[in-house]
Amino acid sequence: MKIVALNGLLGYGYSEQALRKVFEEKVDYLGVDAGSTDPGPYYLGSGNSFTDRTVVKRDLSLALSLAIENQTPFIIGTAGGAGSRVHVEWLKEIILELAKERNLSFKMGFIYSDVSNDYMLAKLNEGKVLNLSDEFPLSGGQIEQSKRIVSQVGVSPIINILKQGVDIVLVGRCFDTAIYAAPCIMHGFPKGLAFHVAKIMECGAMCSEPTAAADVMQAYIHGDSFELEPANPLRKCTVERVAAHTMYEQANPYLIYESDGGVNVEHCTYEQVTPRRVRVRGSEFTETQQKTLKIEGVKSLGFRTICLAGIMDDRTIKRIDDIFETVKGFLREQVASEEYSIRLRKYGGVPDLGIVLDVIAKTQELADSVCALARAKTLHCDYPENEITEKRKSTAGNLAMPFSPFDIHVGEVFEFSIFHLVAVDDLNETVKTEITVVKNEKIID
Amino acid sequence: MKKLLIDYVTIIRSKNAGPLYLTFDLIFRNKEDMEFIMARGVVTQEVIGKLYDCASEKISIIPYAVVNAIKITLPRKCVSGSSNDNDIYGCQQHMPLANLEVI
Repeated sequence: MKIVALNGLLGYGYSEQALRKVFEEKVDYLGVDAGSTDPGPYYLGSGNSFTDRTVVKRDLSLALSLAIENQTPFIIGTAGGAGSRVHVEWLKEIILELAKERNLSFKMGFIYSDVSNDYMLAKLNEGKVLNLSDEFPLSGGQIEQSKRIVSQVGVSPIINILKQGVDIVLVGRCFDTAIYAAPCIMHGFPKGLAFHVAKIMECGAMCSEPTAAADVMQAYIHGDSFELEPANPLRKCTVERVAAHTMYEQANPYLIYESDGGVNVEHCTYEQVTPRRVRVRGSEFTETQQKTLKIEGVKSLGFRTICLAGIMDDRTIKRIDDIFETVKGFLREQVASEEYSIRLRKYGGVPDLGIVLDVIAKTQELADSVCALARAKTLHCDYPENEITEKRKSTAGNLAMPFSPFDIHVGEVFEFSIFHLVAVDDLNETVKTEITVVKNEKIID
Repeated sequence: MKKLLIDYVTIIRSKNAGPLYLTFDLIFRNKEDMEFIMARGVVTQEVIGKLYDCASEKISIIPYAVVNAIKITLPRKCVSGSSNDNDIYGCQQHMPLANLEVI
Protein backbone atom coordinates (compact mmCIF):
# COMPACT_ATOMS: atom_id res chain seq x y z
CA MET A 1 0.00 0.00 0.00
CA LYS A 2 1.22 3.49 -0.83
CA ILE A 3 0.28 6.53 1.23
CA VAL A 4 1.28 10.08 0.43
CA ALA A 5 1.59 13.18 2.60
CA LEU A 6 0.89 16.36 0.65
CA ASN A 7 3.24 18.24 2.98
CA GLY A 8 3.79 18.89 6.68
CA LEU A 9 1.12 21.55 6.93
CA LEU A 10 -1.65 22.54 4.58
CA GLY A 11 -0.86 26.11 3.55
CA TYR A 12 2.93 25.77 3.68
CA GLY A 13 3.29 24.89 -0.04
CA TYR A 14 4.77 21.87 -1.90
CA SER A 15 6.26 20.96 -5.26
CA GLU A 16 3.37 20.47 -7.71
CA GLN A 17 5.65 18.57 -10.05
CA ALA A 18 6.48 16.11 -7.26
CA LEU A 19 2.79 15.57 -6.48
CA ARG A 20 1.96 14.92 -10.15
CA LYS A 21 4.81 12.40 -10.33
CA VAL A 22 3.56 10.58 -7.23
CA PHE A 23 0.20 10.05 -8.90
CA GLU A 24 1.81 8.34 -11.90
CA GLU A 25 1.48 5.16 -9.84
CA LYS A 26 -1.43 4.20 -7.66
CA VAL A 27 -1.79 6.19 -4.45
CA ASP A 28 -4.00 4.42 -1.95
CA TYR A 29 -4.43 7.36 0.42
CA LEU A 30 -3.47 11.02 0.39
CA GLY A 31 -3.26 12.91 3.66
CA VAL A 32 -2.32 16.27 5.07
CA ASP A 33 -2.05 17.74 8.52
CA ALA A 34 -3.78 21.11 8.56
CA GLY A 35 -3.23 22.22 12.14
CA SER A 36 -1.38 22.21 15.44
CA THR A 37 -1.41 23.71 18.93
CA ASP A 38 2.17 24.86 18.37
CA PRO A 39 1.17 28.31 17.06
CA GLY A 40 -0.40 28.98 20.43
CA PRO A 41 -3.85 29.45 21.95
CA TYR A 42 -5.12 32.38 19.85
CA TYR A 43 -6.29 30.35 16.87
CA LEU A 44 -8.53 27.99 18.80
CA GLY A 45 -9.95 30.97 20.70
CA SER A 46 -10.57 33.27 17.76
CA GLY A 47 -11.75 30.64 15.29
CA ASN A 48 -9.15 31.85 12.78
CA SER A 49 -6.46 29.76 11.10
CA PHE A 50 -2.75 30.46 11.43
CA THR A 51 -2.45 29.55 7.77
CA ASP A 52 -3.45 31.90 4.98
CA ARG A 53 -6.73 31.24 3.15
CA THR A 54 -5.34 32.02 -0.31
CA VAL A 55 -2.36 29.72 0.18
CA VAL A 56 -4.49 26.93 1.66
CA LYS A 57 -6.77 27.11 -1.36
CA ARG A 58 -3.80 27.04 -3.70
CA ASP A 59 -2.31 24.02 -1.84
CA LEU A 60 -5.63 22.17 -2.09
CA SER A 61 -6.37 22.98 -5.70
CA LEU A 62 -4.14 20.41 -7.42
CA ALA A 63 -4.30 17.91 -4.55
CA LEU A 64 -8.08 17.80 -4.57
CA SER A 65 -8.28 17.38 -8.35
CA LEU A 66 -5.68 14.60 -8.41
CA ALA A 67 -7.25 12.77 -5.47
CA ILE A 68 -10.72 12.79 -7.03
CA GLU A 69 -9.53 11.99 -10.55
CA ASN A 70 -7.57 8.99 -9.21
CA GLN A 71 -10.19 7.92 -6.66
CA THR A 72 -7.67 8.31 -3.84
CA PRO A 73 -9.34 9.09 -0.50
CA PHE A 74 -7.95 12.37 0.88
CA ILE A 75 -7.76 12.78 4.67
CA ILE A 76 -7.26 16.27 6.12
CA GLY A 77 -6.54 16.37 9.85
CA THR A 78 -7.05 19.25 12.31
CA ALA A 79 -8.90 21.23 9.68
CA GLY A 80 -8.66 25.01 9.78
CA GLY A 81 -5.56 25.03 12.00
CA ALA A 82 -7.18 24.33 15.36
CA GLY A 83 -9.85 21.77 14.43
CA SER A 84 -12.97 23.12 16.12
CA ARG A 85 -16.29 23.18 14.26
CA VAL A 86 -15.76 26.76 13.01
CA HIS A 87 -12.33 25.76 11.70
CA VAL A 88 -13.74 22.73 9.87
CA GLU A 89 -16.45 24.96 8.34
CA TRP A 90 -13.76 27.41 7.17
CA LEU A 91 -11.96 24.67 5.26
CA LYS A 92 -15.25 23.25 3.97
CA GLU A 93 -16.04 26.62 2.35
CA ILE A 94 -12.68 26.62 0.58
CA ILE A 95 -13.26 23.10 -0.73
CA LEU A 96 -16.75 23.99 -1.98
CA GLU A 97 -15.27 26.99 -3.83
CA LEU A 98 -12.75 24.70 -5.50
CA ALA A 99 -15.48 22.18 -6.35
CA LYS A 100 -17.36 24.91 -8.18
CA GLU A 101 -14.30 26.32 -9.96
CA ARG A 102 -13.03 22.91 -11.03
CA ASN A 103 -16.40 21.26 -11.61
CA LEU A 104 -15.69 18.48 -9.09
CA SER A 105 -18.16 16.06 -7.53
CA PHE A 106 -17.40 13.94 -4.49
CA LYS A 107 -18.59 12.47 -1.21
CA MET A 108 -17.23 14.43 1.76
CA GLY A 109 -17.11 13.28 5.37
CA PHE A 110 -16.79 15.49 8.44
CA ILE A 111 -15.58 14.48 11.87
CA TYR A 112 -16.26 17.05 14.59
CA SER A 113 -14.61 16.70 17.97
CA ASP A 114 -15.68 19.78 19.94
CA VAL A 115 -16.61 19.23 23.57
CA SER A 116 -18.83 21.36 25.78
CA ASN A 117 -17.87 23.05 29.05
CA ASP A 118 -20.46 20.83 30.75
CA TYR A 119 -18.80 17.67 29.41
CA MET A 120 -15.49 18.75 30.94
CA LEU A 121 -17.06 19.80 34.24
CA ALA A 122 -18.75 16.41 34.50
CA LYS A 123 -15.43 14.63 33.80
CA LEU A 124 -13.68 16.77 36.40
CA ASN A 125 -16.34 15.97 38.99
CA GLU A 126 -16.15 12.25 38.18
CA GLY A 127 -12.38 12.36 38.74
CA LYS A 128 -11.67 11.39 35.13
CA VAL A 129 -9.31 14.29 34.38
CA LEU A 130 -5.58 13.54 34.37
CA ASN A 131 -2.91 16.26 34.45
CA LEU A 132 -0.19 16.19 31.81
CA SER A 133 2.03 18.30 34.07
CA ASP A 134 1.90 18.89 37.82
CA GLU A 135 2.37 22.57 37.09
CA PHE A 136 -0.88 22.74 35.13
CA PRO A 137 -3.77 21.34 37.17
CA LEU A 138 -7.40 21.91 36.19
CA SER A 139 -10.09 23.74 38.14
CA GLY A 140 -13.82 24.09 37.52
CA GLY A 141 -13.24 27.83 37.07
CA GLN A 142 -10.80 27.26 34.24
CA ILE A 143 -13.36 25.06 32.49
CA GLU A 144 -16.17 27.59 32.99
CA GLN A 145 -14.00 30.39 31.55
CA SER A 146 -13.03 28.36 28.48
CA LYS A 147 -14.31 29.83 25.25
CA ARG A 148 -13.73 26.82 23.02
CA ILE A 149 -12.74 23.22 23.82
CA VAL A 150 -11.77 20.40 21.48
CA SER A 151 -10.79 16.76 21.91
CA GLN A 152 -8.07 15.09 19.89
CA VAL A 153 -9.59 12.11 18.18
CA GLY A 154 -7.69 9.05 17.08
CA VAL A 155 -7.96 6.56 14.24
CA SER A 156 -11.34 4.93 14.89
CA PRO A 157 -13.71 7.69 13.66
CA ILE A 158 -11.55 8.12 10.56
CA ILE A 159 -11.67 4.38 9.85
CA ASN A 160 -15.45 4.38 10.36
CA ILE A 161 -15.98 7.19 7.88
CA LEU A 162 -13.52 5.79 5.31
CA LYS A 163 -15.48 2.53 5.36
CA GLN A 164 -18.49 4.50 4.17
CA GLY A 165 -16.69 5.28 0.94
CA VAL A 166 -15.99 8.99 1.29
CA ASP A 167 -13.60 10.73 -1.11
CA ILE A 168 -12.54 13.48 1.28
CA VAL A 169 -12.49 13.49 5.07
CA LEU A 170 -12.26 16.74 7.01
CA VAL A 171 -11.27 15.86 10.54
CA GLY A 172 -11.60 18.32 13.41
CA ARG A 173 -8.92 18.26 16.09
CA CYS A 174 -7.15 14.93 15.81
CA PHE A 175 -3.87 13.28 16.64
CA ASP A 176 -1.43 14.15 13.86
CA THR A 177 -0.68 10.45 13.53
CA ALA A 178 -4.35 9.48 13.06
CA ILE A 179 -4.38 10.91 9.51
CA TYR A 180 -1.94 8.30 8.21
CA ALA A 181 -2.33 5.53 10.80
CA ALA A 182 -6.08 5.18 10.16
CA PRO A 183 -5.82 3.79 6.59
CA CYS A 184 -2.92 1.50 7.59
CA ILE A 185 -4.82 0.04 10.54
CA MET A 186 -8.00 -0.23 8.47
CA HIS A 187 -6.09 -2.40 6.00
CA GLY A 188 -4.84 -4.66 8.76
CA PHE A 189 -1.27 -3.45 9.16
CA PRO A 190 0.17 -3.65 12.69
CA LYS A 191 -0.54 -0.64 14.89
CA GLY A 192 3.10 -0.10 15.83
CA LEU A 193 4.13 0.22 12.22
CA ALA A 194 1.06 2.32 11.40
CA PHE A 195 1.65 4.91 14.12
CA HIS A 196 5.39 5.06 13.48
CA VAL A 197 5.04 5.74 9.77
CA ALA A 198 2.30 8.24 10.56
CA LYS A 199 4.47 10.05 13.08
CA ILE A 200 7.04 10.66 10.34
CA MET A 201 4.60 11.36 7.50
CA GLU A 202 2.68 14.03 9.39
CA CYS A 203 5.63 16.42 8.96
CA GLY A 204 5.79 15.93 5.17
CA ALA A 205 9.35 15.87 3.88
CA MET A 206 10.90 17.05 7.16
CA CYS A 207 12.57 13.65 7.54
CA SER A 208 14.50 14.15 4.30
CA GLU A 209 17.61 16.00 3.20
CA PRO A 210 17.40 18.88 2.48
CA THR A 211 14.62 19.03 5.01
CA ALA A 212 11.25 20.62 4.21
CA ALA A 213 7.89 20.68 5.91
CA ALA A 214 6.72 22.16 2.60
CA ASP A 215 6.99 19.12 0.35
CA VAL A 216 5.47 15.78 -0.60
CA MET A 217 6.41 12.55 1.18
CA GLN A 218 5.51 8.99 0.24
CA ALA A 219 5.49 5.76 2.21
CA TYR A 220 5.17 2.18 1.09
CA ILE A 221 3.58 -0.04 3.71
CA HIS A 222 4.47 -3.72 3.77
CA GLY A 223 3.42 -6.43 6.20
CA ASP A 224 6.24 -5.94 8.69
CA SER A 225 8.02 -2.79 7.54
CA PHE A 226 7.55 0.56 5.85
CA GLU A 227 9.69 2.49 3.41
CA LEU A 228 9.98 6.24 3.09
CA GLU A 229 11.01 8.12 0.00
CA PRO A 230 10.53 11.84 -0.66
CA ALA A 231 8.56 12.55 -3.82
CA ASN A 232 10.79 15.41 -4.88
CA PRO A 233 13.98 14.04 -6.55
CA LEU A 234 15.93 16.92 -5.00
CA ARG A 235 15.52 15.27 -1.59
CA LYS A 236 16.55 11.96 -0.08
CA CYS A 237 15.73 10.03 3.07
CA THR A 238 18.68 8.88 5.13
CA VAL A 239 18.78 6.54 8.11
CA GLU A 240 20.00 9.40 10.31
CA ARG A 241 17.23 11.78 9.27
CA VAL A 242 14.44 9.23 9.64
CA ALA A 243 15.65 7.97 13.00
CA ALA A 244 16.21 11.53 14.22
CA HIS A 245 12.77 12.60 13.08
CA THR A 246 11.19 9.73 15.02
CA MET A 247 12.09 11.52 18.28
CA TYR A 248 11.13 15.02 17.06
CA GLU A 249 8.68 16.90 19.33
CA GLN A 250 8.35 13.85 21.58
CA ALA A 251 9.03 13.96 25.31
CA ASN A 252 10.50 10.45 25.21
CA PRO A 253 12.48 9.41 22.11
CA TYR A 254 11.39 5.77 22.39
CA LEU A 255 7.69 6.29 22.95
CA ILE A 256 5.05 7.66 20.59
CA TYR A 257 1.99 8.40 22.70
CA GLU A 258 -1.45 7.46 21.37
CA SER A 259 -4.91 7.57 22.93
CA ASP A 260 -5.10 3.80 23.42
CA GLY A 261 -1.46 2.94 23.91
CA GLY A 262 2.09 3.70 22.95
CA VAL A 263 4.52 2.76 20.24
CA ASN A 264 7.90 1.60 21.42
CA VAL A 265 10.56 2.31 18.81
CA GLU A 266 13.52 1.16 20.92
CA HIS A 267 14.11 -2.00 18.89
CA CYS A 268 13.53 -0.49 15.46
CA THR A 269 15.98 -0.98 12.65
CA TYR A 270 16.58 1.59 9.94
CA GLU A 271 18.03 0.48 6.64
CA GLN A 272 19.12 2.45 3.57
CA VAL A 273 17.55 0.46 0.71
CA THR A 274 18.28 2.93 -2.09
CA PRO A 275 20.19 6.24 -1.95
CA ARG A 276 16.84 8.00 -1.39
CA ARG A 277 14.79 5.38 0.44
CA VAL A 278 14.85 4.09 4.04
CA ARG A 279 13.19 0.93 5.37
CA VAL A 280 12.01 0.80 8.97
CA ARG A 281 10.90 -2.23 10.93
CA GLY A 282 10.42 -3.29 14.52
CA SER A 283 8.00 -0.67 15.98
CA GLU A 284 5.93 -2.28 18.73
CA PHE A 285 2.53 -1.14 19.93
CA THR A 286 1.45 -1.77 23.49
CA GLU A 287 -2.16 -1.17 24.37
CA THR A 288 -2.81 0.65 27.64
CA GLN A 289 -5.62 -0.43 29.92
CA GLN A 290 -6.94 3.10 30.28
CA LYS A 291 -7.91 4.89 27.08
CA THR A 292 -7.58 8.67 27.18
CA LEU A 293 -8.71 11.63 25.12
CA LYS A 294 -6.47 14.69 25.01
CA ILE A 295 -8.48 17.86 25.57
CA GLU A 296 -7.48 21.41 24.64
CA GLY A 297 -9.29 24.56 25.73
CA VAL A 298 -8.60 28.28 25.72
CA LYS A 299 -9.91 31.30 27.60
CA SER A 300 -9.82 35.00 26.78
CA LEU A 301 -7.45 37.31 28.66
CA GLY A 302 -8.76 40.51 27.08
CA PHE A 303 -7.43 42.57 24.19
CA ARG A 304 -3.91 43.56 23.24
CA THR A 305 -2.32 46.72 21.81
CA ILE A 306 1.42 46.92 21.22
CA CYS A 307 3.97 49.52 20.20
CA LEU A 308 7.36 48.65 18.64
CA ALA A 309 10.27 51.06 19.01
CA GLY A 310 14.06 51.27 19.01
CA ILE A 311 16.45 53.03 21.37
CA MET A 312 19.89 53.97 20.05
CA ASP A 313 21.17 56.17 22.90
CA ASP A 314 23.26 53.89 25.11
CA ARG A 315 22.59 56.01 28.21
CA THR A 316 18.86 55.73 27.67
CA ILE A 317 19.21 51.99 27.06
CA LYS A 318 20.96 51.63 30.43
CA ARG A 319 18.10 53.53 32.11
CA ILE A 320 15.19 51.78 30.35
CA ASP A 321 14.04 49.93 33.47
CA ASP A 322 13.92 53.23 35.44
CA ILE A 323 12.02 54.84 32.61
CA PHE A 324 9.51 51.98 32.54
CA GLU A 325 8.91 52.30 36.31
CA THR A 326 8.18 56.02 35.78
CA VAL A 327 5.82 55.13 32.94
CA LYS A 328 3.93 52.64 35.12
CA GLY A 329 3.58 55.30 37.85
CA PHE A 330 2.29 57.77 35.27
CA LEU A 331 -0.29 55.21 34.08
CA ARG A 332 -1.52 54.69 37.65
CA GLU A 333 -2.22 58.45 37.83
CA GLN A 334 -3.73 58.77 34.38
CA VAL A 335 -5.82 55.62 33.95
CA ALA A 336 -8.77 55.17 36.27
CA SER A 337 -9.32 51.52 35.42
CA GLU A 338 -7.10 48.78 36.84
CA GLU A 339 -8.27 46.22 34.32
CA TYR A 340 -5.09 46.25 32.31
CA SER A 341 -1.54 44.97 32.48
CA ILE A 342 1.56 46.31 30.74
CA ARG A 343 4.86 44.59 30.00
CA LEU A 344 8.07 45.91 28.58
CA ARG A 345 9.64 43.35 26.26
CA LYS A 346 13.27 44.04 25.43
CA TYR A 347 15.26 42.71 22.47
CA GLY A 348 18.99 43.31 22.11
CA GLY A 349 20.88 45.99 24.06
CA VAL A 350 23.66 48.51 23.56
CA PRO A 351 24.06 49.90 20.87
CA ASP A 352 20.51 49.23 19.73
CA LEU A 353 17.64 48.07 21.92
CA GLY A 354 14.33 46.98 20.47
CA ILE A 355 11.35 47.31 22.77
CA VAL A 356 7.74 46.25 22.71
CA LEU A 357 5.22 47.98 24.92
CA ASP A 358 2.74 45.14 25.43
CA VAL A 359 -0.64 46.07 26.87
CA ILE A 360 -3.48 43.64 27.62
CA ALA A 361 -6.74 45.15 28.87
CA LYS A 362 -10.36 44.21 29.38
CA THR A 363 -11.42 46.05 26.23
CA GLN A 364 -9.60 47.03 23.04
CA GLU A 365 -10.38 50.71 23.79
CA LEU A 366 -8.70 50.52 27.18
CA ALA A 367 -5.68 48.69 25.72
CA ASP A 368 -5.40 51.42 23.05
CA SER A 369 -5.56 54.22 25.63
CA VAL A 370 -3.00 52.64 27.95
CA CYS A 371 -0.60 51.90 25.09
CA ALA A 372 -0.88 55.44 23.67
CA LEU A 373 -0.21 56.99 27.08
CA ALA A 374 2.67 54.62 27.79
CA ARG A 375 4.24 55.25 24.40
CA ALA A 376 4.06 59.05 24.77
CA LYS A 377 5.46 58.92 28.29
CA THR A 378 8.32 56.57 27.29
CA LEU A 379 9.14 58.88 24.38
CA HIS A 380 9.50 61.97 26.55
CA CYS A 381 10.52 60.53 29.92
CA ASP A 382 13.37 62.28 31.72
CA TYR A 383 15.73 60.47 34.03
CA PRO A 384 17.81 62.05 36.79
CA GLU A 385 21.50 61.49 37.34
CA ASN A 386 22.36 58.30 39.19
CA GLU A 387 25.33 55.94 39.65
CA ILE A 388 24.82 54.52 36.15
CA THR A 389 24.47 57.62 33.96
CA GLU A 390 24.26 61.38 34.09
CA LYS A 391 20.88 63.00 33.67
CA ARG A 392 19.10 62.88 30.33
CA LYS A 393 20.56 65.32 27.79
CA SER A 394 18.86 63.97 24.66
CA THR A 395 15.56 65.67 25.32
CA ALA A 396 13.94 65.44 21.87
CA GLY A 397 12.70 61.88 22.34
CA ASN A 398 13.79 58.47 23.63
CA LEU A 399 12.23 56.30 20.93
CA ALA A 400 13.11 55.70 17.28
CA MET A 401 9.70 54.91 15.81
CA PRO A 402 9.80 52.60 12.77
CA PHE A 403 6.13 52.89 11.81
CA SER A 404 3.34 55.39 11.52
CA PRO A 405 0.80 54.61 12.95
CA PHE A 406 2.68 53.84 16.15
CA ASP A 407 0.34 51.44 17.90
CA ILE A 408 -0.85 48.06 16.64
CA HIS A 409 -4.24 46.69 17.64
CA VAL A 410 -3.57 42.98 18.05
CA GLY A 411 -7.10 41.99 19.04
CA GLU A 412 -8.33 39.41 21.50
CA VAL A 413 -5.75 37.48 23.53
CA PHE A 414 -6.19 33.88 24.64
CA GLU A 415 -4.32 31.44 26.80
CA PHE A 416 -4.59 27.69 27.25
CA SER A 417 -7.03 26.93 30.05
CA ILE A 418 -7.18 23.18 29.46
CA PHE A 419 -4.49 20.82 28.23
CA HIS A 420 -5.40 17.59 29.94
CA LEU A 421 -6.32 13.97 29.44
CA VAL A 422 -9.74 12.54 30.13
CA ALA A 423 -10.05 8.85 30.91
CA VAL A 424 -12.76 7.29 28.74
CA ASP A 425 -14.11 3.86 27.87
CA ASP A 426 -15.23 4.94 24.43
CA LEU A 427 -12.74 6.93 22.32
CA ASN A 428 -15.60 7.99 20.04
CA GLU A 429 -17.73 9.60 22.76
CA THR A 430 -16.92 13.19 21.71
CA VAL A 431 -17.19 12.51 17.97
CA LYS A 432 -19.96 13.68 15.65
CA THR A 433 -19.80 12.72 11.99
CA GLU A 434 -21.60 13.91 8.89
CA ILE A 435 -21.42 12.86 5.27
CA THR A 436 -22.50 15.04 2.36
CA VAL A 437 -22.46 14.55 -1.39
CA VAL A 438 -21.14 17.52 -3.33
CA LYS A 439 -21.96 17.95 -6.99
CA ASN A 440 -19.95 20.92 -8.24
CA GLU A 441 -20.38 23.35 -5.36
CA LYS A 442 -23.83 22.18 -4.34
CA ILE A 443 -24.46 19.94 -1.38
CA ILE A 444 -27.14 17.61 -2.71
CA ASP A 445 -27.46 15.18 0.16
CA MET B 1 41.03 26.29 23.25
CA LYS B 2 37.73 26.50 25.06
CA LYS B 3 35.21 24.04 23.62
CA LEU B 4 31.47 24.32 23.82
CA LEU B 5 28.77 21.66 23.62
CA ILE B 6 27.71 22.98 20.20
CA ASP B 7 31.17 22.03 18.85
CA TYR B 8 30.37 18.34 19.44
CA VAL B 9 26.98 18.16 17.75
CA THR B 10 25.59 18.24 14.23
CA ILE B 11 22.12 19.20 15.43
CA ILE B 12 20.97 20.98 18.57
CA ARG B 13 17.35 22.02 18.79
CA SER B 14 14.66 22.96 21.26
CA LYS B 15 10.95 22.66 20.60
CA ASN B 16 7.65 22.39 22.42
CA ALA B 17 6.55 18.86 23.24
CA GLY B 18 3.01 20.16 23.60
CA PRO B 19 2.42 23.57 25.25
CA LEU B 20 3.56 22.40 28.70
CA TYR B 21 6.98 20.92 27.94
CA LEU B 22 10.19 21.84 26.17
CA THR B 23 12.27 19.15 24.58
CA PHE B 24 15.89 19.40 23.42
CA ASP B 25 17.61 17.13 20.92
CA LEU B 26 21.39 16.92 20.86
CA ILE B 27 22.64 14.84 17.95
CA PHE B 28 26.37 14.15 18.21
CA ARG B 29 28.92 13.80 15.42
CA ASN B 30 29.63 10.24 16.49
CA LYS B 31 29.23 7.70 19.28
CA GLU B 32 32.57 8.62 20.88
CA ASP B 33 31.62 12.28 21.28
CA MET B 34 28.29 11.37 22.82
CA GLU B 35 29.92 8.98 25.28
CA PHE B 36 32.64 11.52 26.07
CA ILE B 37 30.11 14.26 26.86
CA MET B 38 28.02 11.98 29.05
CA ALA B 39 31.06 10.58 30.84
CA ARG B 40 32.33 14.10 31.55
CA GLY B 41 29.06 14.96 33.26
CA VAL B 42 28.49 17.93 30.95
CA VAL B 43 24.80 17.13 30.63
CA THR B 44 23.24 16.15 33.94
CA GLN B 45 19.92 16.92 35.61
CA GLU B 46 21.73 19.29 37.98
CA VAL B 47 23.48 21.24 35.22
CA ILE B 48 20.33 21.53 33.10
CA GLY B 49 18.32 22.47 36.18
CA LYS B 50 20.61 25.41 36.90
CA LEU B 51 20.74 26.44 33.25
CA TYR B 52 16.97 26.49 32.81
CA ASP B 53 15.92 27.34 36.36
CA CYS B 54 14.08 24.04 36.81
CA ALA B 55 13.98 21.51 39.64
CA SER B 56 16.41 18.78 38.61
CA GLU B 57 14.03 15.90 39.42
CA LYS B 58 11.60 17.23 36.78
CA ILE B 59 14.17 16.90 34.02
CA SER B 60 14.42 13.77 31.94
CA ILE B 61 17.60 12.96 30.04
CA ILE B 62 17.37 9.97 27.72
CA PRO B 63 20.10 8.76 25.35
CA TYR B 64 18.83 7.78 21.90
CA ALA B 65 21.72 5.70 20.68
CA VAL B 66 20.44 4.93 17.19
CA VAL B 67 21.48 8.41 16.02
CA ASN B 68 24.02 9.18 18.80
CA ALA B 69 21.57 11.58 20.40
CA ILE B 70 20.44 12.74 23.80
CA LYS B 71 16.93 13.98 24.46
CA ILE B 72 16.28 16.34 27.35
CA THR B 73 12.73 17.21 28.37
CA LEU B 74 11.61 19.66 31.06
CA PRO B 75 8.44 21.54 32.00
CA ARG B 76 8.10 24.98 30.44
CA LYS B 77 8.45 27.93 32.82
CA CYS B 78 5.17 29.23 31.49
CA VAL B 79 2.59 27.59 29.24
CA SER B 80 3.18 28.28 25.54
CA GLY B 81 1.40 31.44 24.43
CA SER B 82 0.61 32.69 27.93
CA SER B 83 0.96 36.44 28.42
CA ASN B 84 4.54 36.27 29.71
CA ASP B 85 5.81 33.74 27.17
CA ASN B 86 8.38 35.00 24.67
CA ASP B 87 8.95 31.90 22.51
CA ILE B 88 5.69 30.24 21.52
CA TYR B 89 7.28 27.41 19.50
CA GLY B 90 10.05 27.04 22.08
CA CYS B 91 12.50 26.75 19.21
CA GLN B 92 15.04 29.37 20.44
CA GLN B 93 15.65 27.95 23.90
CA HIS B 94 18.72 25.88 23.00
CA MET B 95 21.38 28.58 23.38
CA PRO B 96 22.26 28.15 27.06
CA LEU B 97 22.75 24.44 26.33
CA ALA B 98 24.71 25.07 23.12
CA ASN B 99 27.12 27.37 24.94
CA LEU B 100 27.82 24.98 27.82
CA GLU B 101 31.55 24.78 28.31
CA VAL B 102 33.06 21.32 27.99
CA ILE B 103 35.84 20.93 30.53
